[in-house]
Amino acid sequence: MAALVKVTVVESRLFLRDVANAFFAVALPSLILVILGAIPALRTPDETFGGQRFVDFFVPSLVVITLATLGVNTMPVRLATYREKGILRRLSTTPVNPANLLIAQLLINGVAAIVAVVLLVLIGRLVFDIPLPQHPLGFVAVFIAGGASLFALGLVAAAVAPTARSSAAVALPIFFVSMFFGGVYLPRFLLPEFLVRIGDYVPPGVQALQDAWTGTGPEPLQLVIMAAIAVAASVVAARLFRWE
Amino acid sequence: MPVIEVTNLHKRYGDKVAVDDVSFTVEQGEIFGILGPNGAGKTTTVECIGGLRHPDGGKVRVLGLDPRQAELRQRLGIQLQESELPERLKVWEALDLYSSFYRSPADWNHLIDELGLAEKRDTAYKKLSGGQKQRLSVALALVGNPEVAILDELTTGLDPQARRDTWDLVEQIRARGVTILLVTHFMEEAERLCDRIAVIDAGQVVAIDSPAGLVARVNDEQRITFRPAAPVDDKLLLDLPEVTGVTRAGARLVVTGTGNALAAVTSVLAQHQVVAHELRVEQANLDDAFVQLTGRALHD
Repeated sequence: MAALVKVTVVESRLFLRDVANAFFAVALPSLILVILGAIPALRTPDETFGGQRFVDFFVPSLVVITLATLGVNTMPVRLATYREKGILRRLSTTPVNPANLLIAQLLINGVAAIVAVVLLVLIGRLVFDIPLPQHPLGFVAVFIAGGASLFALGLVAAAVAPTARSSAAVALPIFFVSMFFGGVYLPRFLLPEFLVRIGDYVPPGVQALQDAWTGTGPEPLQLVIMAAIAVAASVVAARLFRWE
Repeated sequence: MPVIEVTNLHKRYGDKVAVDDVSFTVEQGEIFGILGPNGAGKTTTVECIGGLRHPDGGKVRVLGLDPRQAELRQRLGIQLQESELPERLKVWEALDLYSSFYRSPADWNHLIDELGLAEKRDTAYKKLSGGQKQRLSVALALVGNPEVAILDELTTGLDPQARRDTWDLVEQIRARGVTILLVTHFMEEAERLCDRIAVIDAGQVVAIDSPAGLVARVNDEQRITFRPAAPVDDKLLLDLPEVTGVTRAGARLVVTGTGNALAAVTSVLAQHQVVAHELRVEQANLDDAFVQLTGRALHD
């Protein structure tokens, strides 16, 4: 436990020392919100969004950016780098299990995701009057299940890729798919209905985030599917992961 | 009790046999070398000793423990070939972190001084030179105050000066009472540092001896060349039992002999008051020993 704390402290410092990466992962969604929110048309209620404004409609997609960036890019690339450079192997020669490094990375990126979303919710509320999540527990549940599903998929990418470069390549399709169905590239109202419906079940579950934030609460089935993906991907990652 | 005991070690990767049959023991306080060409099975052997790989056959004991036992990690330090650290990790952070893993760690502040890294204390790993990275790597292997240290290809990629500094360092480590297993493919390094050497080729031990013993096994013929200050009769030298031949190359005499030929030649010259200018002795070295033992050169 003492070793995990120490490893986590050191890894956090390394995370923050990579300033550009830390800044973009944590602040980018809020920054996009501020830029889009500066356009008056996007702050006007519209029938397309069921009487909501574009900014209300789009914030869940900004959560998707955070979870996808940290879970499917930052973390797997970092872990694959550590394996490629023999850092995990060196750790395995000490009394400390290299799994501590993996846990530390999950913790750090998880905390970064929480900070990013709290920042997003606060800026949304204070600057653009976007309501706080209407179903706080549901929101937290979706955030955890959806986040866990993406992080677990990131671990699979880190597990199967022999090098850091190839881990980014393996993770890229997962990243694009979650961003696309998360309505980041094209707002979801522009997507055909069947793609939107598929998107309901693509990690991290943008519709469930939306429902918890401004709707009637997340549908249990979507939550269950995210949790199932998280568990299944974790099992696959644990089976495939190599320390060297 | 030997510190390291390897008995009939066998390890294969699929169909490829990496280590066929390796046995040796390392005693307390020794610097024991494992010498062999690339692909001979040196690294696999030490990985089995360090518990990083599980042997397919044979037995390995370190300090009386199975290498897989967690207890051994407290008492064994390993410097791995091609193992890096996070780019932005600073020297002191690495030592502070790794020392926290051990029950009774060394004082890493002291280690930083000892390894000449004091000025680089706050430097990020990626900004260190090759020699500095290597020294940090050695420091991390020592930070747990180990009784045994495994150093794998310690000086590969270092410039000659850094290599010599590293050799001094290895001798300092031994002076602290640490038993050292040194893997190398540099003859000069093995000759300079090791008390005993196991020569490994194609997964098998072909010889275990001291560096001098290995050389002596092969060929103890010497070539003594000099330019005599006054004429010397060949017969004078050929009458010596140690001398096997005398030839002339211009003004130089080339005397071949065995055993104590050098002492015999110089004393007979002294008796006749002949000064030997530019006296040189060429002896079989570890390179020759290696060729003879394995049938090929170490570096080709």
